[in-house]
Amino acid sequence: MSKQISIIRSTAVPLNMENVDTDQIIPARFLKATSREGFGKNLFRDWRYENDDETKPKRDFSLNKPAYRGSILVAAKNFGCGSSREHAAWAIKDGGFDVVVSSFFADIFKNNALNNFLLPVTVSEDFLQKLFAAIEQNPATEIEVNLPEQYISIVSSGEKESFDINNYKKTCLLNGYDDIDYLLSIKEEISNYEKEHVI
Amino acid sequence: MGQTLFEKIWDKHVVKTIDGGPSVFYIDTHFIHEVTSPQAFAGLNKRGIKVFRPQQVVATADHNVPTLNQHLPIKEELSRLQVEALKKNCAEHGIELYGLGHPFQGIVHVIGPELGITQPGMTIVCGDSHTSTHGAFGNIAFGIGTSEVEMVLATQCLMQSKPKLMRISIDGKLNKGVVSKDIVLYILSQITASGATGYAVEFAGSAIRSLSMEARMTICNMSIEMGARCGMIAPDEITFGYIKGRKFAPAGAEWDKKLAYWKTLYSDADAVFDKEINIKAEDIEPMITYGTNPGMGIGVSGHVPALNEVDEKEKPSFEKSLAYMGLQPGANIKGKKVDYVFIGSCTNSRIEDLRMVAGFVKGKHKADDVEVWIVPGSKQVEKQAIEEGIDKIFAAAGFILRQPGCSACLGMNEDKIPAGKYCISTSNRNFEGRQGPNARTFLASPLTAALAAITGEVGDIREYYSKSELVNN
Ligand code: SF4
Repeated sequence: MSKQISIIRSTAVPLNMENVDTDQIIPARFLKATSREGFGKNLFRDWRYENDDETKPKRDFSLNKPAYRGSILVAAKNFGCGSSREHAAWAIKDGGFDVVVSSFFADIFKNNALNNFLLPVTVSEDFLQKLFAAIEQNPATEIEVNLPEQYISIVSSGEKESFDINNYKKTCLLNGYDDIDYLLSIKEEISNYEKEHVI
Repeated sequence: MGQTLFEKIWDKHVVKTIDGGPSVFYIDTHFIHEVTSPQAFAGLNKRGIKVFRPQQVVATADHNVPTLNQHLPIKEELSRLQVEALKKNCAEHGIELYGLGHPFQGIVHVIGPELGITQPGMTIVCGDSHTSTHGAFGNIAFGIGTSEVEMVLATQCLMQSKPKLMRISIDGKLNKGVVSKDIVLYILSQITASGATGYAVEFAGSAIRSLSMEARMTICNMSIEMGARCGMIAPDEITFGYIKGRKFAPAGAEWDKKLAYWKTLYSDADAVFDKEINIKAEDIEPMITYGTNPGMGIGVSGHVPALNEVDEKEKPSFEKSLAYMGLQPGANIKGKKVDYVFIGSCTNSRIEDLRMVAGFVKGKHKADDVEVWIVPGSKQVEKQAIEEGIDKIFAAAGFILRQPGCSACLGMNEDKIPAGKYCISTSNRNFEGRQGPNARTFLASPLTAALAAITGEVGDIREYYSKSELVNN
């Protein structure tokens, strides 16, 4: 898993569907592992295969179309709603993506993604439609996601939009730090807080 | 300016705030279960560290346990491995485990409140999105991912940004046959499955105040379905009465001290919310969902939206959803046949829910071609149901009372709804494949589900009961 994220330039895979929930990203029956690896294999499992049969991929599902490749997933509104299962973020990352773009993310998913060095980029509905149009017209369209300067652009046309991310998270992603590294480093402050705090 | 309930609790739990960034947020109580914790413990072990405050962690096994023959070893290998891993991890780190066979075992969001662990003013997290349930007691409770489970195990803290605040007030008197599940499905149908994303939601108003704790939990439980970070209700006499005397509730002088604090937990009259929504209780009828997200709900006497009633942009997902459900745009929902009835899940598996179902089905028998599963939320609920003779009413009606667990709410164990079949369910999610690959889910209240169990189809409870037979809850 690449832990650092800075500038990503890649073709993209479109998933033009609203309200994609975590049960679709990774169905519950695949949550039985006790490690974090290998979930990519079952990413969007029930949309990818006919009757759960790996020999029968559904042709019209965009992840199955050979034309669409790349490390950027472009999804429609309210992506990642539903369960808090981090397996959804693991599956997307393990499935080869470093960035998910949408006009709206569910809260918990966004946190989970960030904790796994999968960058959620929120764009306007307008820009999202431009992305879908550009990719559908030419699957070889390159998208650039520039974290240091906080913008996303369609390389061929030069159209771009800036995106928000809080400074702390940005530093974490650029340097490959975890929240947990930080929290462990301030354990003494936490213990001091506890002395004053009654539950 | 006054403070909201949320702000009062939030402020007390901020250890420190990073400039221009999130806050280090302290967690009082952490619930864990077998599915979202193994990777977190593996992370701790890799770092060579122990759980920081094991006495603030409570564990149970619920998500993939079987609901029949729980005394036997779990047949499904992967499920068994997860349950065993939990046992081992709890033992190694000194965490209390209410595992299979323990009299306190049950769905994590059912056992916390019933044991008196869940209290007002706390911060509570769990690696499960329906942790919002606990907010019914006036605390900040939310679901987290596994990396965050690891953070809380390691440091009892999380990095959190303060959400925006929303208040949803429901005032007035509920119609007969309308229960708390209908209230929350109604709110969802009005504001959609993403209507509260980015917000902490406080539910208020006279209709909410009139509800029992069980009913309040049902509402807070589904606040995550609106996308909310958490849902909460200010504690009052009903809350205090529920907590008092429970196993881990404070007692004696400690009780008086806590109670005095709890009584300060409400939104001040001049507190300001970023968004306010007002709903009239009278407008709510018994609800049911027709689609594949919980925001796709209608009154049982209504119809599935016709194509011209749907926003152009939403048409593709709408049509996909109806195709999955095997329903036509504009169709009536009433009279639709169902194959399965599932009464359970952390939304509606408490004793009050079972009583409500029993009250309606007593002396009646299920429809021939319907299978009815009743899954109590915990061992304690199961025990109480048996003591009250509710199990006998169910048996006489042809229902199966199973053993506690999440069961068909997410179909991780063998309780799956077969492909193409319709299930009316008291759970919280109707996503594609949630109850099993290609299973079709109608979400409804325990009453509406009980009615379907008897008639074999979706019906309007208001037509069926005679005045005193049902209690609003
Ligand atoms: S009953 Fe369903 S929603 Fe509740 S904790 Fe279990 S799986 Fe989650």
